[in-house]
Amino acid sequence: MGRIQLNQVTKSFGDVEVIPPLDLTIEDGEFAVFVGPSGCGKSTLLRLIAGLEDITSGHIEIDGKDATDVVPAKRGLAMVFQSYALYPHMTVRKNIAFPLRMAKLDQAEIDKRVNAAAEVLNLSNYIDRRPGQLSGGQRQRVAIGRAIVREPAAFLFDEPLSNLDAALRVGMRMEISELHKNLATTMIYVTHDQVEAMTMADKIVVLQAGVIEQVGSPLELYRTPKNRFVAGFIGSPKMNFLEGAEAQKHNAHAIGVRPEHITPSPTEGLWQGRVGVSEHLGSDTFFHVHVDGWPEPITVRAGGEVDMHHGDTIYLTPEADKIHKFDASGLRVA
Amino acid sequence: MARAVTPRRKLINTGLAWAIGLLIFFPILWTILTSFKTEAQAIASPPLFLNFDWTLENYGVVMDRSNYGLFLTNSIILAGGSTILGLLIAVPAAWSMAFVPSRRTKDILLWMLSTKMLPAVGVLYPIYLLFIQLGLLDSRVGLVIVLMLINLPIIVWMLYTYFREIPVEILEAARMDGATLKEEVLYILTPMAVPGIASTMLLNFILAWNEAFWTLNLTAVDAAPLTAFIASYSSPEGLFFAKLSAASTMAIAPILILGWFSQKQLVRGLTFGAVK
Repeated sequence: MGRIQLNQVTKSFGDVEVIPPLDLTIEDGEFAVFVGPSGCGKSTLLRLIAGLEDITSGHIEIDGKDATDVVPAKRGLAMVFQSYALYPHMTVRKNIAFPLRMAKLDQAEIDKRVNAAAEVLNLSNYIDRRPGQLSGGQRQRVAIGRAIVREPAAFLFDEPLSNLDAALRVGMRMEISELHKNLATTMIYVTHDQVEAMTMADKIVVLQAGVIEQVGSPLELYRTPKNRFVAGFIGSPKMNFLEGAEAQKHNAHAIGVRPEHITPSPTEGLWQGRVGVSEHLGSDTFFHVHVDGWPEPITVRAGGEVDMHHGDTIYLTPEADKIHKFDASGLRVA
Repeated sequence: MARAVTPRRKLINTGLAWAIGLLIFFPILWTILTSFKTEAQAIASPPLFLNFDWTLENYGVVMDRSNYGLFLTNSIILAGGSTILGLLIAVPAAWSMAFVPSRRTKDILLWMLSTKMLPAVGVLYPIYLLFIQLGLLDSRVGLVIVLMLINLPIIVWMLYTYFREIPVEILEAARMDGATLKEEVLYILTPMAVPGIASTMLLNFILAWNEAFWTLNLTAVDAAPLTAFIASYSSPEGLFFAKLSAASTMAIAPILILGWFSQKQLVRGLTFGAVK
């Protein structure tokens, strides 16, 4: 099955090392998400696993076998691209059938599997159309169909939802999660969207500049981020960071508090500030609060209908056990 | 925003377009007209445009005097052979330049194009001597190779620009789907590049068909194509313009007809990549 192991893998483009030596194991059947800002090397890492880029040194094992020098076609992996990468000159049926044709399956088996995939993905009515005649969501489904028919050892997704509009994205997110539950096949999913990472992953791999910052379940990363980068990257809106006197009270170089772990009040609290911009989402309200002497406003989550306005005085109290402490190098201190 | 086109302006534009079109086409038209005149009318002063005695006599004489069929066959073999051979070499070359470029790819492309800047006559001697040595003078094989070589830079360049338009992710998808390199080129790249390959083929066929310098210098009888057929009516007989015109008309007719039927393809080919 699809256990994927990277041992001391590196990648350089010319003299530039984009991935310093890296170890990572993705267990069979796991939904792993690579997340990080643009240019953090997450797509490169996926392409190394796919075999579309050669690794500079190290080893890749897929299913217990060394796949380091195996061409992409022989790795038994399926990939869904950001641009969908459908074959424009083929119908939906032929697109989905292509990997099976390459695997030299007989026609009856190909038809059976293509029809089954089309059924699952609600593509039966479009099966004889070409990609150009489909909407973005439908194209995405065809790309997924093309990936599932060949029953791969693992699926690789390279930012598959970033070309879709917001509503469709939420729907497809659930469909992919559903697919993972049904197939129980290893999936590696690359995204820059931490919401996608949090909602879909069994295991999140946070990357920055080609280095793995932390690996863990979504809640592990949320509760105990290893460093300031992970703390700031996971969670929306972003964690608030304070340095200086406030941090010293906690014997730390810096402290971080998530917006949802601060209680606002119009009358009393630990910190006093002024309401700046407020974002009313209906279910929640986010206040950006200016505290005198602090360089950046503090983001605070309040309930849906809180009667506070721009310029009002507001008091904030952080939940004592939800304060994250960091040392001067940005690492978490217990 | 589109510019408003008044009827007056449209009329002027249309008139101008026709005038330029006719100007470009005029030499061909004149050749065709002259081929139906008698020799005396062909050199009449002032020239006769349409008011002459139409005759097919020149065509008869030309057909009698030379073996048109052989020249035509040679032209088809030389143009077709050099085009097919060129494509066999250029498709893999353009593939590698477009999809796995190295640091020197641009230089190689430029260098290939620079060979077209060299006057052909500059390499006539070496090639002529080579042909004597290899016994290729006046042979179809030799001419196919030379014509292929002189047009190869253009074929590679054209294919390179078409291939560059194909998103590399689609080829990667094919690789992930288990396609070998051969299957990737055969089932994905080639079908997607068909319009480009077709217009490259057409253009190359036309260039090879019209090529005169090498065909005149390296052939005599056996491998001589239609360009040599035209030339055979120009030098020794000097002033037989009507017969020369008849020969020219017969030589250009096939390619003119081919060009007419494939003009859509040609225009698409030559402007491909300009707009996405």
